[in-house]
Amino acid sequence: MTTAAEAPEQESWFHRNQQRIAPWLFLAPGLLFFMVYVIIPVFQSFNLSLYEWDGLGAAEYVGFRNYEDLYWEWVDRDAFFISLKNNLIWLILYLAAIPAGLFIALFLNQTVWGIRLYKSLFFFPFVISQVVVGLVFTWFYDPTFGLLNEFLAFFGLGPLNVLGDERFVTYGIIVAGLWPQTAYCMILYLTGLNAVDPEQIEAGRLDGAKGWRMLWHIILPQLRPATFIAFVVTIIGALRSFDLISIMTQGGPFGSSRVLAYYMFEVALSEYGFRMGYGAAIAVILFLIMLCFIAYFLWSMYREERGH
Amino acid sequence: MFPKPIEKQPRAAQITYQAMLPVALLLWLGPLLAVALFSVKPAADFTNANYWGMPSSFEGAFNYGQVFFNSDMPRYLLNSFLITIPTVIGAVALSCMTGFALGIYKFRSNLWIFFLFVAGNFVPFQILMVPVRDLTLELGLYNTKTGLVLFHIAFQTGFCTLFMRNFIRALPFELIEAARVEGISEVRIFWYVVLPLMKPAIAALSVLIFTFIWNDYFWAVVLTQGAESQPVTAGITSFNAQFRAAYQLMSAGSIVAALPPVAMFFLMQKHFIAGLTLGAVK
Repeated sequence: MTTAAEAPEQESWFHRNQQRIAPWLFLAPGLLFFMVYVIIPVFQSFNLSLYEWDGLGAAEYVGFRNYEDLYWEWVDRDAFFISLKNNLIWLILYLAAIPAGLFIALFLNQTVWGIRLYKSLFFFPFVISQVVVGLVFTWFYDPTFGLLNEFLAFFGLGPLNVLGDERFVTYGIIVAGLWPQTAYCMILYLTGLNAVDPEQIEAGRLDGAKGWRMLWHIILPQLRPATFIAFVVTIIGALRSFDLISIMTQGGPFGSSRVLAYYMFEVALSEYGFRMGYGAAIAVILFLIMLCFIAYFLWSMYREERGH
Repeated sequence: MFPKPIEKQPRAAQITYQAMLPVALLLWLGPLLAVALFSVKPAADFTNANYWGMPSSFEGAFNYGQVFFNSDMPRYLLNSFLITIPTVIGAVALSCMTGFALGIYKFRSNLWIFFLFVAGNFVPFQILMVPVRDLTLELGLYNTKTGLVLFHIAFQTGFCTLFMRNFIRALPFELIEAARVEGISEVRIFWYVVLPLMKPAIAALSVLIFTFIWNDYFWAVVLTQGAESQPVTAGITSFNAQFRAAYQLMSAGSIVAALPPVAMFFLMQKHFIAGLTLGAVK
């Protein structure tokens, strides 16, 4: 260690404190980027929601007026109310992807010839961009030639204009969203099923458990990690729904398929005007809804970490 | 194995199962197969309302030729690659470092910083939209691929850090301790000890991020405008406006736009699934 003795004082200080400084050096670039583009903008949006701003001129401080306006939209059953209501429908119905994914995973969890290819092809919808999924389903629902109406006509029903009818439009888009989301949950469960302990299954069989009872008491508890992740990604996916709505209906007909994510975009950045402050207020509401789930996820992760 | 292996069940059940598989698959992929069928039909079929019958002539080559040689599609595809690939490299590089820092070192704010990354990763895009768009405008990067890439790198760093940190946590810590006893500097430990072990995680993340970024639509709409910088997800809407009612071309365009991540998935399937399902088993 002759070099260490000859080295100037500062370098040896660095050497001695290497283990304390190193993590911060490694963190610096990533953390800086993340701060500038993600964390700080969250606070900026909070601030912006107290202003009225068209994106070009000077911003005018208006206090909580944007939120007041949103409140009146809520009272009047206006756009904000519809968006929030649709968000709730999305949240609830989107969760259907979890049991549906589990069902398909159970169906495919066999070892017959070619099953690997089947699994991949069932997973296919998740890999495709939501834009393409949206186009595919727009045609699927098309009242003149869509497969859905061909199918209904076969039973003497229809024609049904799903995307043109205020009553059905949100459900129609959710079904389109469930298609890739179910595929995602399926792959999570297929991986989970692979790791299920065969001895417990055998023990269960000896105790006479089978079918539903086996699934409920022995398999599902072991699939908990997969279920947790499926839950997380499905909730996030439901609240992030934007692409499909933008492609399939642009919020229509008459704004009946808007959700907060889309409404915010419409208010802040489309031909309907550039009301940045108002948009930010909507985004804040959406963020607060998401925050409930984020807090729950982090809390679960925290318990997990403490457990180690 | 659950459910009970089909081989151990009666012959009839086995045959039923084998027959149900392709039927189920056809139903599952029905809407997509419909688009594939549309994309090889001639324009005349649509004017004659022959939507679901056999194509009156096979025009696949012509339709896809139109997409590739008579539209902005190649431009959009190129843009998508020029946005996606730098993002993958950037996000993976940054998160190798952050993941290393959070996975190896014990310091007081470690868990808080980790949670900051995780929480940021779940934030709705809309709350970032206006400030990020402003920042991009101020940097003079609005409507450029660079602007989009910088944001994507930053945002994906959240998810990538979560992934990398958990991966590094699972590595044998003795290796690092042994290296420290040898007097190897922390940077060299990162480069020569940990990084080689992270290859599977790097592969899995790369495929995953490639797909996420390729399929991004929201930020493409918010941060870019014209054919010179828009990726294919945003470009396809202009493409469809250009070929309004030409279903055979819109179908072909959609399939072309969807293909790269699909190809990526089939080529790197093992890594892709390993990435997606990290944490789905203990």
